[in-house]
Amino acid sequence: MSEKTKNALLSIVASLVCIVLGLAVGFLVLTCINADNALDGMARIIKGGFHLKPKGIGSEIAQAAPLIMTGLSVAFAFKTGLFNIGAAGQYTVGVFGALYFALILHMPWYVCLLAAMICGAVWGAVPGIFKAYFNVNEVITSIMFNWIGLYLVNELMYTGVPGMYDQKTTRTYKLSSASPSSLIPDLGLNAVFKTNSTTIAIFLAVAFAIVVYVILSKTTFGYELKACGFNKDAAKYAGINEKRNIVLSMTISGALAGIGAGLYFLSGASEWNPQVSTALPAVGFNGIPVALLALSNPIGVIFAAIFVAHISVGGSYLPTKYYQPEIADLIVAVIIYLCAFVMLFKEMIRRSLGKKKRAEEAAKESGKGETK
Amino acid sequence: MFLLIKFTLLYAVVLMLVALGGMFSERSGVINIALEGIMVIGGLAGVFVLSLLGDKMPAPLLVAVSILVSALAGIIYSLLLGFSAITLKADQTIGGTALNMLATAIAIVIVKAFNNSAATGNGAASAKLTYSNAAFIYKIGPFTINIFLIIGILLLICSYVFLFRTKWGLRLRSCGEHPQAADSVGINVYQWRYIGVAISGALGGIGGFAYIVPSVTTWNFEVGVAGAGFLALAVMIFGQWKPFNIAAAAVFFAVFRSLANISDSTVLANLGLSKNIYSMMPFIASMIILAFTSKNSKAPKAEGIPYDKGAR
Repeated sequence: MSEKTKNALLSIVASLVCIVLGLAVGFLVLTCINADNALDGMARIIKGGFHLKPKGIGSEIAQAAPLIMTGLSVAFAFKTGLFNIGAAGQYTVGVFGALYFALILHMPWYVCLLAAMICGAVWGAVPGIFKAYFNVNEVITSIMFNWIGLYLVNELMYTGVPGMYDQKTTRTYKLSSASPSSLIPDLGLNAVFKTNSTTIAIFLAVAFAIVVYVILSKTTFGYELKACGFNKDAAKYAGINEKRNIVLSMTISGALAGIGAGLYFLSGASEWNPQVSTALPAVGFNGIPVALLALSNPIGVIFAAIFVAHISVGGSYLPTKYYQPEIADLIVAVIIYLCAFVMLFKEMIRRSLGKKKRAEEAAKESGKGETK
Repeated sequence: MFLLIKFTLLYAVVLMLVALGGMFSERSGVINIALEGIMVIGGLAGVFVLSLLGDKMPAPLLVAVSILVSALAGIIYSLLLGFSAITLKADQTIGGTALNMLATAIAIVIVKAFNNSAATGNGAASAKLTYSNAAFIYKIGPFTINIFLIIGILLLICSYVFLFRTKWGLRLRSCGEHPQAADSVGINVYQWRYIGVAISGALGGIGGFAYIVPSVTTWNFEVGVAGAGFLALAVMIFGQWKPFNIAAAAVFFAVFRSLANISDSTVLANLGLSKNIYSMMPFIASMIILAFTSKNSKAPKAEGIPYDKGAR
């Protein structure tokens, strides 16, 4: 076993420790609320979509696609030394881009997806510009732009652009009836899973993950972006335009989140409700645990996203007589809290295995610098 | 005009309290992005006291108990941030973000479970709690003053005196500026950072309670506190980590924030702008201000960097 695979294995084990601990806390909560049904509840969460085959698996896949994208968005920013907490806002603006091109302009789905991507990119670029040229922390800016984006999109969809909001359903018009040509093709997947929102979106998301992996690990461009993340000053000294790269990183990160919005809403999985004006889409924030669980590895993001979607779908199958579906959110939040010290777990596992040459590995590790 | 003053005071006190909390944490060297979550937990605890004991206690006692409970809940929750950021030296932004998400989830689960058991498990429980806020509001002439205004002013003065006029304040600040130097003269950096985070938890908890209680008598915990904790962070930066500047910044932001509340019932309605536009305003204003003030920001030098005794 080479050092590299050993390290990768260790990362996977550390993430699994986070997951197991998070699930244990979830079980504790279930027991506190209603001890008699706790085992059944836990089984439903762990089974996820498999509780209700094949429909559950279908909706799990439909939910995983946007999560992969927001996870990639956060992971990409992490790799370049930025914390993109604004994926939720970029996703929201992406929703508007996708739905405007679909409902108003009746464009084919790939054009709508492109529109979602551009909208997300613009919304991601702004915090990048603020960071690079005004020295404002990107975390604060992206949070502010989350809310600005949410109110703006709600305003535009509700009254700003006529023809998007359906008074009857208090949501935007259904794509399947208003503009079927804008739906992402399902190639028979809907028939397999007996759903109406399982499309090829998941394959597109996986393809994007591979593209991001190639950009980050195999190209000069990706190397320059990562160099800025490791050490801004050293990158500048080496002749890299660090300000431009910060803006580019955030732009790409925003674009990925925007694509996520497109993949979800162009699948016809849901309609936007502009009346709920205080809720940012959870899928944007869930990109953070996905990226952390995957230790910002684009390929790992695919599996982490499927896991988070699995847990959320499982939560929705909890018997509401005793439990709240939000318990799934709680488990995910506990997992992120634990992910904050995943490095510590890694170190503990390494130590308990009694590996020699630890110092040497640690020196190599800090060179790789996982999350930030 | 009365309405504008009323809502401005309401929000200014909240933003000031929470921003002061953020100031204590950051002055001690810990970035507290979890303020939003701390507000939710503090508000949840206080509102629970109100709805459970509301009719069983005399009004002044009820006010004191509920505020203390909200502060205590905030402290306990903030210690989770302290544990990850100080003891385990984990990334402070990630830990804070996790706590924000966790707070809303905890609040919804607890309130729904509570309502569910109260309604003998019909399964359709909402995340709303109803309570009476009469004990918190006093009428003086045309003004309605809520108790948090007085508490807020007192805490503002206390914060200033503590931070800039006592040796403890100096110690706390030194941990955020140069922890190695502080350690070299025998100040326990870990302990002072915990104190900073705990004070921010108390102020954040009271702030969350103050955000919820005076204006309405039913609160839906699915909403959380709608970004007020993040606005407070902007207030803190705009106030340059100084108590009285923070108070002024809070009033400034509160004016923008209250425009959304009064837009329907005043001359502003004639402008024909919708509520969404007004809701955006405080966030846009904070972005513009941050863009101009951040270049020469006086942030505590060591904030966000976990203190490692062995580091040189």
